[in-house]
Amino acid sequence: MISYNLSHLKQLEAEAIFIMREVAAQFERPALLFSGGKDSIVMVRLAQKAFWPAKLPFPLMHIDTGHNFQEALDFRDDLVKKVGARLIVRNVQDSINQGRAVEEKGPNPSRNGLQTITLLDAIEEFKFDACFGGARRDEEKARAKERFFSHRDEFGQWDPKNQRPELWNLFNGKKSPGEHFRIFPLSNWTEMDVWQYIAMEKLEIPTIYFSHKRTIVDRNGMLLAKSDYITLLKDEHYEERTIRFRTVGDMTCTGAVESEASTLDEIIQEVAAARQTERGTRADDKRSEAAMEDRKKQGYF
Amino acid sequence: MTETQTKNSYLEMDLLRFTTAGSVDDGKSTLIGRLLYDSKSIFEDQLEAIERTSEQRGDGYVNLALLTDGLRAEREQGITIDVAYRYFATPKRKFIIADTPGHIQYTRNMVTGASTANLAIVLVDARHGVVEQTCRHAFIASLLQIKHIIICVNKMDLVDYKEEVFEKIKQQFSDFSSKLSVPDIRYIPISALHGDNVVDESENMPWYKGGTLLYTLENVNINSDLNYVDSRFPVQWVIRPLSEEYHDFRGYAGRVEGGVFKPGDEVIALPSGFTSKIKTIETIDGKLEEAFPPMSVTITLENDIDISRGDMIVKPNNQPSASQDVELMICWLNDKKLNPAAKYIIRHTSREAKCVVKDVRYKVNINTLHKIEDDKTIGLNDIGRILIRTTNPLFFDSYKKNRSTGSVILVDEFTNETVGAGMII
Repeated sequence: MISYNLSHLKQLEAEAIFIMREVAAQFERPALLFSGGKDSIVMVRLAQKAFWPAKLPFPLMHIDTGHNFQEALDFRDDLVKKVGARLIVRNVQDSINQGRAVEEKGPNPSRNGLQTITLLDAIEEFKFDACFGGARRDEEKARAKERFFSHRDEFGQWDPKNQRPELWNLFNGKKSPGEHFRIFPLSNWTEMDVWQYIAMEKLEIPTIYFSHKRTIVDRNGMLLAKSDYITLLKDEHYEERTIRFRTVGDMTCTGAVESEASTLDEIIQEVAAARQTERGTRADDKRSEAAMEDRKKQGYF
Repeated sequence: MTETQTKNSYLEMDLLRFTTAGSVDDGKSTLIGRLLYDSKSIFEDQLEAIERTSEQRGDGYVNLALLTDGLRAEREQGITIDVAYRYFATPKRKFIIADTPGHIQYTRNMVTGASTANLAIVLVDARHGVVEQTCRHAFIASLLQIKHIIICVNKMDLVDYKEEVFEKIKQQFSDFSSKLSVPDIRYIPISALHGDNVVDESENMPWYKGGTLLYTLENVNINSDLNYVDSRFPVQWVIRPLSEEYHDFRGYAGRVEGGVFKPGDEVIALPSGFTSKIKTIETIDGKLEEAFPPMSVTITLENDIDISRGDMIVKPNNQPSASQDVELMICWLNDKKLNPAAKYIIRHTSREAKCVVKDVRYKVNINTLHKIEDDKTIGLNDIGRILIRTTNPLFFDSYKKNRSTGSVILVDEFTNETVGAGMII
């Protein structure tokens, strides 16, 4: 028999496209949660592939904490224009102004947890019944338990101990009014797969992923970029280092790594040799062992 | 994940999905931890986290098993509640592990993990030999049509690495497995705790001449596991851009679930029975010469015929069965027992219908494989054979022939939960 074979990246791609088409067919009002990070860039590319030559049958939505890297925001706007997609932006600052959310105290207030409030409000505002996220199971131990179709109750909550079994490629998107689903087409991808895919597809990504010089503060080994949202603590000082970011999140909680990697191939080499997970650079996950699980239960990405 | 994973090699890596099953304390989590650790897929921050937890729990050693516990309740209780997925790669292959809990009440997790796996690792404790749970795991793997099983005889260190122990277990299992339909069964003596024959060859068992577990996982041939003969294309979504450039474009989006499709092929659409020819196979990256499983593509046809989601494109001379009466092996996944009087929603490929259970033929004793005909209640974790009648005909193959067109799930009309997993006979 002739040997038909798909590479692992092609298989992951086919799986993600399959999921996206299922969602378009099974739900009435899906949206793709877009952050400007590499995973959501891959998601947009996969969505284009799933529905080409038609446009995306759902809008992109960005929950803007107000603490984003400018490079990521510029990139977002540019990509939306190129793809011809509809972009919805909802701001954590608005939730704070409306008294729906309260800013954390302290020198380094994180808006990471507050995003959940803005996100759930936006889901209700637009009556979204399925939201695509770029989360991967390899990222974090609570995420390793996620389904492709992840059910959320009417409060947007995740119940990890009572999830629907997912078998074969049969996905059950049935729900009661007010409930919604989070959809994770990249569930089976690893950080390495994402980078290899970006290289294979020659996708553009924000410049902060590549090596550059930046003023940072070294806070307990976490290299945080200088920004208006960070206050120096006693004995801390700014310095210039050659760094890049492995993930793109809030400036207040996304740590940089020292790196000379300035091309995709160099990044792939670096990821292959890395001895820390990419979320090891995220202060939001270091708060407790179950930080992600707790946030996810409440409705986080 | 190694430095040698260079630009060109990763484009040729393939993918192996496997599931791991074992009884409680067979060392399954330790084995997975060992595979990840020795293949350098564990990162320093993960290791530090489990070092901290091991110390808090007073384990006295770095408990690699903790790597696979994701939820707070799992760490607290020291058990695995839900299927967890793990990933690692060597320059040859990327691996997806469905790590399924070994507890008796979690058969449903094992079925879930096995449903997408190419291969199953079944762990046997060298001190205890083949036990009831071993048989159950192997039976489920066989029922789910996993073509490759590796019996890992673990804890060889506790039986002084004796060849006789290994050979005896091999004999025990092959006596049992003659009742199963698994074409490829292999046996490897290991010690997950010490790493013997997991990634590195064991110096303690020179009598064992086979490959290590990782070598076997890297080299087992899974190319022929998919069906490239019987062409099946369930339509998921119809693409109609209605744009100026693609004004008349009408494409059928879906995944090839069997066989090979090429432009020019004569096809028939089910259920309408209209025939046409494939005009093009489209992707954003260009037109394709052929499409085969598991590719996601878009097919255009020469004629405008009425096709929508839930329909299936096949070849006229090789059609699936079409019927409203379907015989299934069902695994029950829900606390609420199967109710013969109830209607269930049934999902099959991209098709959805309702169904009623006409008859429970028998229940299977999953330890002895005997049929139970006097008790026909099907509850959580039970496996049985049933006859259902659907509101609309399904277009299906036997599960043996095609895992995608031969599988269904049942959904409770009121709770929306996935309650049953069915394999068509």
